[in-house]
Amino acid sequence: MATVSDDAALLEVGPLNKTFGTSTVLRDVSLTVRKGEFMTLLGPSGCGKTTTLRIIAGFETPDGGRVRLSGVDVTDTPAYERDVHTVFQHYALFPHLSVADNIAFGMRMDKVPENEIRRRVPEALSMVKLAGFEQRRIQSLSGGQMQRVALARAIAGRPAVLLLDEPLGALDLKLRKEMQLELKNLQRRLGLAFIYVTHDQEEAMTMSDRIAVFNHGRIEQVGTPGEIYEMPKTSFVADFIGGANIFSARVLPGAEGRAHLMLEDEHELDVPLDPYETLPEVGARVKIAIRPERVKVFYKDELPFGLIRFDAVLKDTVFLGDACQIYLQMFKKNPERLTLAWAGGDRYAVHDDMNVPVIAAVQPEDVYILEKDND
Amino acid sequence: MTQIDRALSWLLGGRKPAASHLLLAPASLWLIFLLVIPAGGLIILSFAKNGPYGAIVWEFGLHNYARAFDPKYLPVLLRTLGFAGATTVLCLVLGYPLAYFLTFRAGRWRNALLVGLMVPFWSSCLVAYYSWMIVLGKEGLINTALLRAGFLSAPIGFLYTPFAILLGLVYFYLPFTVLPLYASLEKMPRSVVEAAYDLGAGRWTAFLKITLPLSLPGVVAGCVLTFIPCLGDFLTVEILGGPRYYLLGNLISNQFMMAQDWPFGSALTSLLLAGLVGGLWLYQRWEKA
Ligand SMILES: Nc1ncnc2c1ncn2[C@@H]1O[C@H](COP(=O)(O)OP(=O)(O)O)[C@@H](O)[C@H]1O
Ligand SMILES: [Mg+2]
Repeated sequence: MATVSDDAALLEVGPLNKTFGTSTVLRDVSLTVRKGEFMTLLGPSGCGKTTTLRIIAGFETPDGGRVRLSGVDVTDTPAYERDVHTVFQHYALFPHLSVADNIAFGMRMDKVPENEIRRRVPEALSMVKLAGFEQRRIQSLSGGQMQRVALARAIAGRPAVLLLDEPLGALDLKLRKEMQLELKNLQRRLGLAFIYVTHDQEEAMTMSDRIAVFNHGRIEQVGTPGEIYEMPKTSFVADFIGGANIFSARVLPGAEGRAHLMLEDEHELDVPLDPYETLPEVGARVKIAIRPERVKVFYKDELPFGLIRFDAVLKDTVFLGDACQIYLQMFKKNPERLTLAWAGGDRYAVHDDMNVPVIAAVQPEDVYILEKDND
Repeated sequence: MTQIDRALSWLLGGRKPAASHLLLAPASLWLIFLLVIPAGGLIILSFAKNGPYGAIVWEFGLHNYARAFDPKYLPVLLRTLGFAGATTVLCLVLGYPLAYFLTFRAGRWRNALLVGLMVPFWSSCLVAYYSWMIVLGKEGLINTALLRAGFLSAPIGFLYTPFAILLGLVYFYLPFTVLPLYASLEKMPRSVVEAAYDLGAGRWTAFLKITLPLSLPGVVAGCVLTFIPCLGDFLTVEILGGPRYYLLGNLISNQFMMAQDWPFGSALTSLLLAGLVGGLWLYQRWEKA
């Protein structure tokens, strides 16, 4: 294996295209993964995450695009010669072999000497906290234990990159939370690059160094959890990660470095642009997003300085314990469309009187300007 | 009813009868008519005596069984085991690649091919065997073609040889081998084989280390399902083999049809049945282990 400096790309993929029959599953998917990086492919089910992973593993051939591993083009290399291992969605353990033989399988294929294997099997097992499970039968394991064996089997051969396809999907919530942290720790300790597939945005936020957000076979945005959350580029990303109120707005002439926008009902906003952020031409429509937790609701006619103000009508409040959901009607012309706001876990935010006028307010920086609205 | 259910469930897998066995009641009734009553009658008959002109004399004894163990029937038994064994091996050798192809390679042709495989099942085997006679006979298709082409100066006697018998048996029993194999390969998750590739196993290694061992229950089921009916087959030899190669099935059918010795035929049948049940019982135990 060629040595790779720390920040150089260990894996470079793209631009991948793939169709199955008449349905296009991947469109120009490009991805780079650095050494020791935890990269998550996040997106709703059916958006092409597994297909991308299978192309990297060598189970599918892309219609277009290349896969380069440690600087070597492996697009036409069969799966069994690629230095990547996969943790499959349903574990795919070998049911007729013991736990130890499952873990040793890859090393035997790589002709690792038996005494070395005898040393590394318990080592891999203790890394996944299953020390002493060598002789157990696969059928006698619980789901969580099978998950760990699958993980031990995949890391024992010390691949360059580990691919994980929704590995925690079949576990219950509590175990999943534990395993998330454990996996992240293991990945850090091994310094191994992980490509991790999930449809759970919270899981992605918890574990990843970077997240690639998939939608309909495309990558909409790649970035750290912070970037994805704070600077979503598209309405899909804003809504899928964290949730957002999405509005359509018309671009009006504005000052340098600021965007002057008009929403429905003649609401006008003036918000700062991020550096390098560009705005469509005057007259075009853009989508904007406001996170519910950034919307402040005032019940009296008071407004701290510098906030953007919307006159709204209170429609519903739901107390959830740690937070309170507030539904607002902001647009008189479109009364069905409710805007969501979150208040902290304050019981007093719950209001019994509905249909009362309130004021919704946001910081100008909390209005995200997204893609052009072509609808 | 429950006694029979218990006996059946014991026979079929040794599980304790559960409430769901009530659902099996109609099937159980059916089995009583088709299996338990005739088999019971057969066993009773096997202890009776044969009178003149095929009459049955109700004097009970073990004489029919004593006769069945006469060494003169040993060659028939050995020949039967030999043909059934050879058929099973040939069916496995041909059937495994076929089942593998059907499962992993046939793609959208799979269902059509499966139906094609079942054709010998559905067509009457008489029709099938007479068509083989047309193909194999002295004036049959193969001989005619070879003679015309000048490869032969005289026709070859394919019919009434062990070759013709094996051909007929393999032709008829191949689906019995392929279907259980297909079922066991089909239910094996693809990702398990992919995991083997992923960990560095080539196609052949992955087959030997993963696919083959995991399909072993299908292999055994296919062999059992082929071997057992082969032991009782008589039509194949009747039509394609001739009297020189009579098997156990022919010996039995002769007692009923020609010799008119029903009690002796019943004793032979009971012994065959006992052998089969014993074999199936061993198989069940193996499967559960
Ligand atoms: N082998 C295949 N043949 C046909 N369609 C497929 C195949 N594999 C995946 N697809 C389709 O490709 C799309 C993306 O699938 P997948 O990559 O598994 O999505 P994800 O893992 O994001 O849920 C789905 O619509 C799926 O039905
Ligand atoms: Mg998937």
